Amino acid sequence: MSLDVQMDVKENQILIVRLAGELDHHTSDQVREEVSQAIEAHQIRYLILNLKQLDFMDSSGLGVILGRYKQIKQTGGEMIVCSITPTIERLFDLSGLFKIIRIEQSEEMALQRLGVAKYE
Amino acid sequence: MNNEMHLKFRALSQNESFARVTVSAFIAQLDPTMDELTEIKTAVSEAVTNAIIHGYENTGEGYVYISVWLKGQVVELEIRDEGVGIPDIEEAKQPLFTTKPELERSGMGFTIMENFVDEMTVESRPNEGTVVRLKKKLSNTKAVYN
Repeated sequence: MSLDVQMDVKENQILIVRLAGELDHHTSDQVREEVSQAIEAHQIRYLILNLKQLDFMDSSGLGVILGRYKQIKQTGGEMIVCSITPTIERLFDLSGLFKIIRIEQSEEMALQRLGVAKYE
Repeated sequence: MNNEMHLKFRALSQNESFARVTVSAFIAQLDPTMDELTEIKTAVSEAVTNAIIHGYENTGEGYVYISVWLKGQVVELEIRDEGVGIPDIEEAKQPLFTTKPELERSGMGFTIMENFVDEMTVESRPNEGTVVRLKKKLSNTKAVYN
């Protein structure tokens, strides 16, 4: 069991991260390192985290997601999480992450929402 | 039917996945729903992660012990370590409480365990270790058709 982290840097300082597999304490270190580096290297302002292919997540996943939210907020950026499964939705609910992190149904909707946000 | 199994493994993070998958495979004989299986896997993952990060302070030294008992449709789990122990269990159980924020820990482990099973008890002694006991009754879908 492992985790696949796929990253896609778009124009306008947008980074899309797609996670597939299992996000736990063991694999969350990999996400933290790879995503943090990409955010710095490409001066990312908008982070989209796609969890569609994520089969398992526990509280370590909540920690690393909250960590990236704080990181992107520090430079005035924004983060959207999309395509979450019902089980992961429960974890978001329990932790109150719903209240601070924006959720969209799909990557397309997340991109659309960012498109609007840029001109606000 | 009653059944049980016992597992002992090194306190390494790569064993977290092994632990929850093994427990889940053992419980599969009770025909749990996907939701029930996910809840148990998540709770086991939380307890094992706590043992590795907090009990053994990420040293990779020491062992984590898991026992599972199947009693009818009830699953009883025990996740034990011989680590440093929890100084204040009630404080540790508080949502978002963590002693390791620098490691981006969410402080949600015990809250998730409590929510995903029916009963949770925690026992801990300084420098002797911690035992987490979890109990969950599975929906008896099989019996309905028997």
